[in-house]
Amino acid sequence: MESTVLNIKDLSVYYGDNKALNNISLSIESRMVTAIMGPSGCGKTTLLRCINRMHEINGNVRTTGHIYLYDSDLNQMNPIIVRRKIGMVFQKPNPFPTMTIYDNVMAGYRLNGIRLKKSDRDMIVEDSLKKAALWNEVKDSLLRKGTFLSGGQQQRLCIARALAMKPEILLLDEPTSALDPKATSRIEELIVELKQYVTIMLVTHNIAQASRVSDYTVFLYLGDLVEYGQTERLFTVPEDKRTEEYLTGKFG
Amino acid sequence: MEDKGIRFRIIKDRMFFLFIVFFSLLCAAPLFLIFYYLVKNGLSSISLDFLLNLPKPVGEEGGGLANAIAGTLLLIVLASVISIPVGVTAGIYLSENKKSRTASYVRMFAEILQGVPSIVIGIFVYLWVVVPLGGFSAVSGAIALAVMMLPVIVRSTEETLNLLPYSLKEASMALGVPYYRTIIKVILPTGFSGILTGVLLSIARISGETAPLLFTAFGNPFWSLDITRPISCLPLEIYQYAMSPFPEWHKMAWGASFVLIVIVLLLNIFSKLGAKKWKVQY
Repeated sequence: MESTVLNIKDLSVYYGDNKALNNISLSIESRMVTAIMGPSGCGKTTLLRCINRMHEINGNVRTTGHIYLYDSDLNQMNPIIVRRKIGMVFQKPNPFPTMTIYDNVMAGYRLNGIRLKKSDRDMIVEDSLKKAALWNEVKDSLLRKGTFLSGGQQQRLCIARALAMKPEILLLDEPTSALDPKATSRIEELIVELKQYVTIMLVTHNIAQASRVSDYTVFLYLGDLVEYGQTERLFTVPEDKRTEEYLTGKFG
Repeated sequence: MEDKGIRFRIIKDRMFFLFIVFFSLLCAAPLFLIFYYLVKNGLSSISLDFLLNLPKPVGEEGGGLANAIAGTLLLIVLASVISIPVGVTAGIYLSENKKSRTASYVRMFAEILQGVPSIVIGIFVYLWVVVPLGGFSAVSGAIALAVMMLPVIVRSTEETLNLLPYSLKEASMALGVPYYRTIIKVILPTGFSGILTGVLLSIARISGETAPLLFTAFGNPFWSLDITRPISCLPLEIYQYAMSPFPEWHKMAWGASFVLIVIVLLLNIFSKLGAKKWKVQY
């Protein structure tokens, strides 16, 4: 029943002379939520950004190893195509401030110059906003600017924007770190609902969040993959001593 | 004893406050004086005749500066057409490549260019455009003005774009939008109000320039919108008329000054309004 969407093989990342990730190998299961946790600076965000090749826009980054989306090597693909197949949501909600809510959802199509019929567009907008659990709140104000929404709504708008492209994988980079507890729990519920449509990878510095929403958990420490397994198992009987220490709050 | 000391301090405090208020008002005074004299002397020469007719020879009554007003507007449009694309593009480059060595040189040269006296720019354009083209022309005047506009546009574009959050670019790139489309469709529209302000202020700055036009646009007493021929413009007319010995020409100079100030003032007001209207909220 389970199938692998993403296969990471011996991935190492260097910022100049600094090694940020050390020989990571992972396979990500389809339609599951995989949480990546670890203390600050352990390479969580770096790992996530390698998957849609967003790390490349900063420059001065070198990687070795391979990442396969199904059977195709991401490094052989055009990064623009990679990013359309693998969506991303960032720490701080970042809707486009010049665009309406409607246009924000359609941004992936609009900005790429992909033309669609009005009826198709309406359908994508409604569908994406419904999946992001935002439709009921904004259906009467689709033509208002996205920045009028609250922080949590903006973040769900960003999720809708990513979903509109019908990605294979959705990368969430600490999506709740800029939100209040109520908005955070909305997003967490949403993540659990979303896994029926899309594979989700979630970076979080919040151990409790990882245990609440994820099916699998990756624990990174100082650029090494310490432990990877089903969340329940990893949280109850960690195999590695470092995992146990991290979970019990001895460091991090 | 102690009481006295406090009273002295309070007095010092008031004095200091009056002092800064006085000098702030002093800053605004020249503008009010300029307006006062322009309205007093210039407003009376403004009439439909003045705005729509060509200058008459000395001694004849009436006549206007339609050619100079049209010439000024034409020069502004031409100079903008030349300098806006170049300046905005350079501004994008500077803001996108903050650390590159080329960018730091470009930035430095733009700063120096801003400090080059306008008459020097006029001479340079005379040597490199007027002489090869074989005569004074509107287009050479526009080039001189464009060179003066460039540094202002470059710097204001760069500074506007520097203020945009990095997350905006990330948002676009993460949707698989190519870099050039990210710049054109996301970054530029978001920074539009700031760039517009910079452009309008640079126009306001050059619309009164006289020196660089002396040996480029040259002036022309007749109606002309031919960009390859000499053209008239308000600053040149003011210069010519004000230096003349005829009182009716002085009156024309006042009128021309009034029109020029109104144009500059309107541009400033528009830039403020535009900045407000297109201001983007994050």
